[in-house]
Amino acid sequence: MKSVYPLLIEALQVLIVLVASPLLVGWVRVLKCRAQGRRSAGVFQPYRDLSKLFMKDIVLAENASWVFRVTPYIVFGATLMAGAIIPIISVDLPLAATADIIALVALFAIARFFTALAGMDIGTAFGGMGSSREMMVASLAEPAMLMSVFTVSLVSHSTSLSFMAHTLLENAIMLRPSLAFALLAFALIAIAENGRIPVDNPSTHLELTMIHEAMILEYSGRHLALIEWASMMKLFLFSSLGVSLFFPWGIAGADAPAMLPLAFVSLAIKLALVGAAIVVIETRLAKMRIFRVPEFLGAAFILSTLGMLSFFMLE
Amino acid sequence: MSQNLAAQINSVLAALILLTAFGLLVQRRIYGLLHIFAWQGLFLSVSTAVVGFTAGLHHLYISAILTLALKVFVLPYILYVLIHKLKIKKEVEEVVNVPTTMLIGIALVIFSYHLTAPIRELSTLVTRSTLAVALATVMLGLLMMITRKKAVTQIIGFLALENGLFFAATSATYGMPLVVELGVALDILIAAFIFGIFFFQIRTTFDSLDLKEMEKLKEED
Amino acid sequence: MTLLVVLGASLIAAVILAFVGDRKIAPEINILGSAATFVASIFLALEVYTGGPMITASGYFFVDAFNVYLSVLTAFVSMTTAVFSRRYMRHEREKGRVGRAGMRFYHAMFQLFIFAMLLALLTNNVGILWISMELATLSTVLLVSLYRTPSAVEAAWKYFILCGVGIAQALFGTVLLYFAAERVFGEGSAALLWTNLSQSADKLEPTVLSLAFVFFMVGYGTKVGLVPLHNWLPDAHSEGPTPISAVLSGLLLNVALYALVRCKVLVDGATGSHKAGYIMMVFGTISILVAAFSLLRQKDVKRMFAYSSIEHMGIATFAFGLGGPVATFGALLHMLVHSLTKSSIFFTVGNASQMHSTQEMSLIRGLVKGNPLVGWGLMLGVMAIVGMPPFGVFTSEFLILTAAMKDAPVFAIFFLVGLAIAFAGLFRKVIPMVFGAAPDYQVKIRAAHTPVYVHMVIMLILGLYLPVFLSDWFHAAARLLVK
Repeated sequence: MKSVYPLLIEALQVLIVLVASPLLVGWVRVLKCRAQGRRSAGVFQPYRDLSKLFMKDIVLAENASWVFRVTPYIVFGATLMAGAIIPIISVDLPLAATADIIALVALFAIARFFTALAGMDIGTAFGGMGSSREMMVASLAEPAMLMSVFTVSLVSHSTSLSFMAHTLLENAIMLRPSLAFALLAFALIAIAENGRIPVDNPSTHLELTMIHEAMILEYSGRHLALIEWASMMKLFLFSSLGVSLFFPWGIAGADAPAMLPLAFVSLAIKLALVGAAIVVIETRLAKMRIFRVPEFLGAAFILSTLGMLSFFMLE
Repeated sequence: MSQNLAAQINSVLAALILLTAFGLLVQRRIYGLLHIFAWQGLFLSVSTAVVGFTAGLHHLYISAILTLALKVFVLPYILYVLIHKLKIKKEVEEVVNVPTTMLIGIALVIFSYHLTAPIRELSTLVTRSTLAVALATVMLGLLMMITRKKAVTQIIGFLALENGLFFAATSATYGMPLVVELGVALDILIAAFIFGIFFFQIRTTFDSLDLKEMEKLKEED
Repeated sequence: MTLLVVLGASLIAAVILAFVGDRKIAPEINILGSAATFVASIFLALEVYTGGPMITASGYFFVDAFNVYLSVLTAFVSMTTAVFSRRYMRHEREKGRVGRAGMRFYHAMFQLFIFAMLLALLTNNVGILWISMELATLSTVLLVSLYRTPSAVEAAWKYFILCGVGIAQALFGTVLLYFAAERVFGEGSAALLWTNLSQSADKLEPTVLSLAFVFFMVGYGTKVGLVPLHNWLPDAHSEGPTPISAVLSGLLLNVALYALVRCKVLVDGATGSHKAGYIMMVFGTISILVAAFSLLRQKDVKRMFAYSSIEHMGIATFAFGLGGPVATFGALLHMLVHSLTKSSIFFTVGNASQMHSTQEMSLIRGLVKGNPLVGWGLMLGVMAIVGMPPFGVFTSEFLILTAAMKDAPVFAIFFLVGLAIAFAGLFRKVIPMVFGAAPDYQVKIRAAHTPVYVHMVIMLILGLYLPVFLSDWFHAAARLLVK
């Protein structure tokens, strides 16, 4: 029992990531429709979209190389791997011991790298433009992301994600300015990484502003479904990473299967709140000019650095 | 309020003051600058009051109220009226671009942390660790004065620098003696009035508040 | 009681002058106020000379040989400046460079400035010292921009911002000092009283005080005008009215240096080393050299003498940094003679530029022909300031040089080089101004010559023979500063 339990948790968690991520996206869309006074298509619309795409045929450009064809699987796989090491409902993850926060960032980087390659592979103008923009955003977002998460690992003296969540869970509640800064920075980075407003808009195909959508413009059918699903998982993972790093309360501790139902409920509540926060941000703000994005991410970097500095200076 | 909690609240306020100091560097709109400056004053005032409460020093309440009145209401109001009356352009113009300024700012924070490290070892006060933040705020105010073109922004930088000094006085030592604090507050008030007079003088003699115009007195003559 | 009169006279005069405004008697009230201050300061000096250092019951004021001599000097120079400014400012008023409000402002602020400096000198509280230094800056900022020309406003703005920032650093130093003192004396004003601090300086934490001294050095050093913090000084001196240049150069710089030296004594006591002294020596030497070279390139006469002030402040700072009884004695004497000489030079320069309606040196010619008293006054003043033998500056520089030869020969070389360059530079510029034919645009003015020649006579006396009471005084002051 003792050895099977973590494996079960691991499997359960991957299943949750796969199944629940479209639900989060659907929830965000529903809320957004409400906020803007439109009628929504329901929480389950993303599932329908995905299944529709899976049933369609693939249209490939004539000059598409193997990179273009293999990318959706790599992106999907890498994102799913990331889902396996982030503590979502329990800190008891066997894989988390082997892969820490740096590996997590690397997994996302692999996915992004291949997406960018695929964007350029076809040779259309949009693909190349999207790739170059994506790389610009990434080059600024990744250091900030690392700084932000390192602040948390300074507090918990570890880079293992599940250990970090565990430490915060065990310690008494303290007002920590470093964590507040790190959280703020993390929120900014999460917005940029997931291509949400004000950095990018996931729901338009407006020529001049696209970043992520421009890269995947040529995908169709099964491939597009995989990529869409992966980006839904990415939003889900970033949300739950933020939640479990900064608000881990409610997550199931080590060897505590009894806590799982509670962890499940608390995860649902927390993610619903995150979704609401995203909607608030997206309806309040307009998309910024692409030249302002470096400053936006610069602010995130400053915030995360301040977080790290204030850990040394004030705590 | 326990000592520990007070120390935590204080360090959160210190972090907020540091954040507002960076905010002043980032902000591009002049009214936005005034708001951030007022917020900084508010955090400063609250932190002074918290220190006064935990240390049981009642004269700190007076300086907290002084700070609140001067830095949160009077000075931003005076500046607001001046900006409004003189119809100053609402965009901040910088000499060095914002990201570079921020990087220099971070370097300054690290520098002040190192500078104050030996003092932190000595102090027994719960507020000791905030001294580095105070020095950093001073340095950032200085940086703002150097990197901004307009007279108004220089003034705000100067006042932010003074905020840092006040914060140093409360954080390192639980406040200077009352006579000194009152004198310093008086000096700042006079300085603010002189700033006001200056704005009009500069305006009437140069027709703008841009300090670019003021480059006659150089050594090459 | 005498102390109260010393401080009160100028403050009351300031208030009265603010009400009197631009009436005819305003300059006389100005002179009267300064004279009262001067007489009171003489009595205060006598009290200290006979009875030794004294401290008020509250502990807020403290008079010893060091600050009482500077107070007398401040009161004296402010009095002669008031006499000088009577005719000078009347001329400016007639030419329309200053308006009614300007005159009211000028007189009131002049007295307030004197009050701020005396307060800085006489207070025993390091915090109040800072406050009054700031007050001295604030009261003169708008005097520098009195003429409202673009360059005057620019100079005043520069003065305000640079000194404001500089002095803010000194406040940080004061906070650090209080932080260290609080651990010895506990909370409250007692921990900022200089007498307490200097008595138990060895108990203060050395690391904190070393750090504090860096801030004091930057802060008060800006006001002293030490290179590289000197940028405000030439501008403020050249653009403000001449009487203000005279008191800024002759008095304010001294007071700032006084503040720095008071802090240095504490730091030396705490660290038990000569670190602070070295910092001051380096700053002083750099100031001497940079100022001497800058002198050569000047075209504006007041600007040139402003650089000369930087040079001489560098000399005094260097000497205080050197420490030891001889150098300290020399530094004290140097502050005195520089203040007297430089203010008298500014008086004659003011007269000369009024005669030619310009401050450009290339346009000021033939002073001796136009007005021998002004011409010879300037010539004598320059001879005195470069350190020619019969005048007091020679004595002080000689003392400092001998001490430097003995204790820091490397610095002494730079010191000599600086002096030589300044000597050559000043003479080269001044001789054409004094001699030669008078240009046709030169006009006659009614000028006050008494202040200039009173200063000159004192300078000459000090050069030929140092009165016993004065040397006693300097010895006492030097003993206070050299542990």
